[in-house]
Amino acid sequence: MSIQRNDWSLQRKGIIDQERHKDRVKEAIRKNLGSIVSNEAIILSDGKRTVKVPIKALDEYKFRFNYQKGKHVGQGDGKTRVGDVIGRESRPGSGQGTGQAGQDAGADYYEAEVNIDELAALIFEDLHLPYLEEKAKKAVQSRKTQFNEIRRTGVIANLDKRRMILENIRRNAREGKARFGDIKKEDLRFKTWEEVMRYESNAVVIAMIDVSGSMGEFKKYIARSFYFWMVRFLRTKYDNVEIVFISHHTEAKEVTEEQFFTQGESGGTVVSSAYQLALDIIKQRYRPSDWNIYPFHFSDGDNYYSDNEEAVRLADELIATCNLFGYGEIGEEGSSSYRRSSGALLSIFSDRLQHKDRFVGVRIDDKEDVYPALKQFFGRRNVETPA
Amino acid sequence: MQDKEIKDLENAVEQIWEVARGFGLDPYPTNFEIVPATVMYEVGSYALPGRYSHWTFGKTYHRMKTMYDFGLSKIYEVVINTNPAYGFLLETNSPIQNKMVIAHVLGHVDFFKNNSYFSKTNRRMVESVSTHAQRMMEYEFKHGRKTVERFLDAVLAIEEHIDPYFFIKREIPIAEEKRRAEHRVKDGPYDDLWLLDKSAKAAKSPETTDDDKPRERLPEKDLLYYLMKNSPSLAPWQRDAIAMVHEEMEYFVPQMQTKIMNEGWASIWHARIMRELDLSDNDHIEFANLHSGVVSPQKGQLNPYYLGFKIYEDIERRWNEPSKEEREKFGRKGNEGREKIFEVRELDNDVSFLRNYLTEELCEELDLFVFELVEEEEWTITEKRWEKVRDQLVSNMTNFGFPYLQVEDGDYNGNRELFMKHNYEGTELDMRYARKALEHVYTLWGRPVHLETVIDDESTVLHFNGDEHGED
Repeated sequence: MSIQRNDWSLQRKGIIDQERHKDRVKEAIRKNLGSIVSNEAIILSDGKRTVKVPIKALDEYKFRFNYQKGKHVGQGDGKTRVGDVIGRESRPGSGQGTGQAGQDAGADYYEAEVNIDELAALIFEDLHLPYLEEKAKKAVQSRKTQFNEIRRTGVIANLDKRRMILENIRRNAREGKARFGDIKKEDLRFKTWEEVMRYESNAVVIAMIDVSGSMGEFKKYIARSFYFWMVRFLRTKYDNVEIVFISHHTEAKEVTEEQFFTQGESGGTVVSSAYQLALDIIKQRYRPSDWNIYPFHFSDGDNYYSDNEEAVRLADELIATCNLFGYGEIGEEGSSSYRRSSGALLSIFSDRLQHKDRFVGVRIDDKEDVYPALKQFFGRRNVETPA
Repeated sequence: MQDKEIKDLENAVEQIWEVARGFGLDPYPTNFEIVPATVMYEVGSYALPGRYSHWTFGKTYHRMKTMYDFGLSKIYEVVINTNPAYGFLLETNSPIQNKMVIAHVLGHVDFFKNNSYFSKTNRRMVESVSTHAQRMMEYEFKHGRKTVERFLDAVLAIEEHIDPYFFIKREIPIAEEKRRAEHRVKDGPYDDLWLLDKSAKAAKSPETTDDDKPRERLPEKDLLYYLMKNSPSLAPWQRDAIAMVHEEMEYFVPQMQTKIMNEGWASIWHARIMRELDLSDNDHIEFANLHSGVVSPQKGQLNPYYLGFKIYEDIERRWNEPSKEEREKFGRKGNEGREKIFEVRELDNDVSFLRNYLTEELCEELDLFVFELVEEEEWTITEKRWEKVRDQLVSNMTNFGFPYLQVEDGDYNGNRELFMKHNYEGTELDMRYARKALEHVYTLWGRPVHLETVIDDESTVLHFNGDEHGED
């Protein structure tokens, strides 16, 4: 019989295996990127650092009884009677009530806390701007200042107060006084910087979105989640990418990022208006000899019939001036492809465009299609991208 | 914790030990160790210190530790069934919490030592699991962490499906092993010395062949054992991994069989031992608070501590003061309560404990009921007659709450396919889980697997051939 205390400070087994569990969660996330990419919690996260996303599985599967179909024994407070209802069954996920919910009904979800940056790193792992070229003349050197050193002398504007206080306390402590104060010259610390030159090709992305009356909630959501990741992707991977936002119904106009993501819908659709505006902007601000240009357009493809001719012509012109033209056509939620053939723009494009080598057309009918679309637009060329 | 507090605690342990012995408890010597929360929850989530690594332990650890960090739950104590036994005390426990925990632990250790279901338990399990961990790590090194992890996923999916009376099976091969050892030609550097005096015998008996193996007896309840022995596809290291998991489960099964009894027993004795200690008024109030926290009924659920506690008390009372009927019919003399509960702690497990000693009065007092899901949405109380309640409780405890599966045929269709049967007793399997678990069994068997069960009152066989599921 004894009482002991040992030093357990090197004991890490639980933490190590916790990491193993995290690895498995990560793996599950990787497998479920398709559904996570278009998850509301992330798209609507408003700058929160971590979000909770439901991830299928990570269950430990065993042969077990169906709890719902079994009888169980419980304990009451002394007054229970046959017929009393002691609880209600809530179906996980039923609150969301979207059309797709039926597919996975009954599946267990695990709420994983995901850091958006980590998630972005996973998603962007093998995405890049395709056909990026060195635009010789204006290969802009971006000059970046990096504060990366501390010195004892410097400009007073660059005084590092935090370190100064620390040094002061240290010095006082050395002199046997436990206090802050009596700042002397030797306590001062200054931040100094270094200039870093980065050479990068200039690139501009022209994001176009259809805000006509037929773009309902679901369609807008899809376009929005695509652009959410696109903007994020461009800003994390490239220091020097400009993004132009254009929204259109029968007329097109350049809008701010905020308007772009929040605008309501109305009116009919004249796609060519957006393309014309894009071409104008290119002409005025982004000379193709100096810029890599990437126009992307999301629409439901419900263009005015009379405008189709013009749209195709301008699209061809866009392709001729740009590195890659991406077009995403969003279908009705859940309805797969019944409209694919008719008058929709995507089929017209694939029939009549003259330059198809730098054109990527994608059809999106489902939230889970957003990730594959990202991969098609920004994935490696000439390589089959696994959906 | 200050040295003085440790000194006090050492004295308390001595005192509690004496009181426990005075009550007739007979625990193994027990070492107590004061540990920080991280270690406490680590031991708690692995159930034994030093086991092999697997993400499922990490998952449990993470959950338990998080609950602790947020103040949602707290483990005061973990006890390890070995000889000598180990009790872990959380370093933030107050002195009175520690005393209660020590008394509680001694109750558990007495139970471990004396309950017959533990009679075959390996009491040096901590050493065993650490050699397992060592071997598992070597396999990870050799075959890759992922490979081993995936394989363990499959093994752990069926880890509960072992035979609690496996030791009977084990004793047969041991005899067999001895017999064979006599004939075996050994090849150690000095073994030929032994051979000299046995060579005459060896020459006479023919070489043992595979025909000598005892024919496999089917049906086999021990899935792990069966797969380890008979799977057509496993590498030696994989069979060894199954054997290790099997050995560890053999160790845990008695604990799974006696949860209510064990907790009830420890609770009865911590209460009585603490009453014998000379506690100040304040200490006494703190203890009363703690104790009522441990053995309080939880609304809707069954608290094993409370249920076991009440049943032991009831048994003791009924054997101390038998009714006239009990005196005449069963010949109880009275004042045999103490003796009786010691007998019960020795001979019963949860199933027999509830079946034999859960009485009508107790069911009523505890307000026990059977509930089930009505119309797929409301959990409703459907039964309060005490025999029905008792039988339901017993039935839910059977096979420690897991479906009873057996291997029926290892050469099904004449094609080395595995056929298992679920002994259906009224509750359906969770089909989604069953299909996934079947995939795991396939991993272990390497050829098509089948499971017969009952869905909607109809006998159904689930199939999995490595690519797709079927059912008919």
